[in-house]
Amino acid sequence: MDVVFNQLFAGLSMASILLIIALGLAIIYGTMGVINLAHGEFVMLGAYATWALQSFAGLGVLAALPLVFAAVAAVGWVIEKLMVQRLYHRPLDTILATWGIGIILQQAVRLSVGAESRFVKGPELLSGNTEIGALVMSNYRLFVIAFSIFVLVGSWMLMTRTEFGTKLRAVIQNRGISECYGIESKRIYSITFAYGAGLAGIAGALITPLFSTIPTMGTGLVVDAFLVVIVGGLGSLIGAASASVLIGEATALLSAVMNDTLGRIAVLAGIIILIRFRPRGLFPSDTRN
Amino acid sequence: MKRRQFLGRVGAVGAVGMASSLSAPALLSSTRAAFAQGDDIPVGVLFSLTGAVAVVEHTLHDATLLAIEEINAAGGVHGKQLRPIIEDPASDPATYADRARRLMIRDKCVSVFGSYTSASRQAVLPVTEQRNNLYWYPTLYEGRECSRNVMYGGAVPNQQQDDLIPWAIENFGPRFYMIGNNYVYPKEENNYCKSLLSKLGGEVVHEEYVPLGHSDFSSVINRIRAEEPDVIFATVVGDSDVAFARQYHAAELDPAKMPVISLTRSEVEVKAIGGEAAAGHFSSAPYFMGHNTPENERFVENYKARFGADQVTHFVSEAAYFQVYQFKAALEKLDPSEITPAAIRDAAVGLTLNAPQGEVLIDENLHTHLWPKIGQWQSDGQAKVLIQSEERVAPKPYAAYEGQTCTGQGLVKA
Repeated sequence: MDVVFNQLFAGLSMASILLIIALGLAIIYGTMGVINLAHGEFVMLGAYATWALQSFAGLGVLAALPLVFAAVAAVGWVIEKLMVQRLYHRPLDTILATWGIGIILQQAVRLSVGAESRFVKGPELLSGNTEIGALVMSNYRLFVIAFSIFVLVGSWMLMTRTEFGTKLRAVIQNRGISECYGIESKRIYSITFAYGAGLAGIAGALITPLFSTIPTMGTGLVVDAFLVVIVGGLGSLIGAASASVLIGEATALLSAVMNDTLGRIAVLAGIIILIRFRPRGLFPSDTRN
Repeated sequence: MKRRQFLGRVGAVGAVGMASSLSAPALLSSTRAAFAQGDDIPVGVLFSLTGAVAVVEHTLHDATLLAIEEINAAGGVHGKQLRPIIEDPASDPATYADRARRLMIRDKCVSVFGSYTSASRQAVLPVTEQRNNLYWYPTLYEGRECSRNVMYGGAVPNQQQDDLIPWAIENFGPRFYMIGNNYVYPKEENNYCKSLLSKLGGEVVHEEYVPLGHSDFSSVINRIRAEEPDVIFATVVGDSDVAFARQYHAAELDPAKMPVISLTRSEVEVKAIGGEAAAGHFSSAPYFMGHNTPENERFVENYKARFGADQVTHFVSEAAYFQVYQFKAALEKLDPSEITPAAIRDAAVGLTLNAPQGEVLIDENLHTHLWPKIGQWQSDGQAKVLIQSEERVAPKPYAAYEGQTCTGQGLVKA
């Protein structure tokens, strides 16, 4: 029984990391229809920004979070202005363009910082474990779970409770009519893209104390993020959240029953079957036609 | 055409074929004589500077070039400079084979130094064997290979484990948990470890393999916590090892009770893991950066002076470095007019050399006699050498396979 509870927690921890990585992607993908293959590289930039802030300015991971968000959002904003904005009416080309951007970012980091793995120290405050009976939970992982819920709620509030969110949803429903009402859709798109990139940056900052910080770290992460978005349904925040929990828990429980390799295969097979019967994911949003 | 006539013609064609193949060695030897007859001696350097394994191979590239530069600064070999010809195989095995072919045919290199992974070595193998060239491979590997055209500078399973496993059982206990990445190296090492454990009365409580690049070890750590083994026997490589070590530390598992004993963790990984998380765990290798010999002090000092004070040397870059010196010593034994890859190989057998790890010897099976050590990682990111083997250990690449031996004539099956 202890094993089951510990695995459930491991699954939840995995889910929180998946969610925080996939959320930015879900927002960009769902609202703008842009398949952002550079998303993994935004995560990587976030990790490196954290590393730079820690080694040169002495800031801890937690203190660095807002700065990392701002920095990666700025990069996203510039990329949107320079490249993505010109390709909104050519969705297939954005795939190629963002993939190219990803490669450029990766190589730029490799050339400027170096290819070897970088060390980022985790926050002292959150070291150690919380134990309830035989259930052992790492404090840092608990924090990541809490933080991912915070970001999820924050994003939901932003989309539904603010003027910006109303405008964004209007643009998503009908860009032409929205512009007639005086909504500057270009600006809305830029901000949304920057926000999504910033979230990826935060994800990068949060995973550095657990994972290895290298220029190629984003490549594997973006695959997981796309799985979450596809299973959850395009553009649905609730979908992304439930899909991360589903994938995280399924991976953890299946790898306890079998092993990590077989567990992963079983999860991917499960997703293929799910997509066969629900091609638009668990919670498809009907806003885009 | 009658059958007899047909046979006769086939016979004639066959005879012509025989004649031309008889003349082939003469042609070959004339091209061979052309090796290194210019003003310098061309050597290939084939380490990835881009792609997935570039992180490690870059350090091997650096160590190889450092040795070449040192040799050239000291006057070269036979008064000739070594001319490194650098190719970047971009971490892709097919590209390794292609670039090796280019180095051996077009550039007429007398030897090529290259490869970190077994996959890339095996891709180069047919090329170097076909051209009868020489490929210097510095990495520890899983053994079970016996080519006459590869100089193996790293440890094989018996050199890493023969001292380690009895020591681990004695100090921590007989229950082993095996965790490795899912490819040939961890499986062969575990194979050999299991054969030792069954002799010594140890047991394997769990054996598992995660995909290369795997980064979330929470399930593995839960399993370790539940099984409570005495030793974690790890063959996890690269970034996976970094993630594993950091999460193991974050889970507050105590290295004094359940130490990770790794065959693959070197100074490079520890730098990324952070000294605090790595401290207390062990690695088995023939070389550690902190090893105390005059040769090693000189190596580390020159390496840092050339590539930066924050750089580290490790058990593969050390071999990449001393293999160039072995190559030089073999060349010096030869007459400058008879330099061919095969002659270099024959001259290299039996050579001894004072490497940073101690005096190494090239066996007739082309593997290297090494000095196994067990190091415990300290919080400053360096390993303290706890145990050093009292004598140089001979390489047995087929140690886990009874009845098979790698000898100077190639693989012999009993």
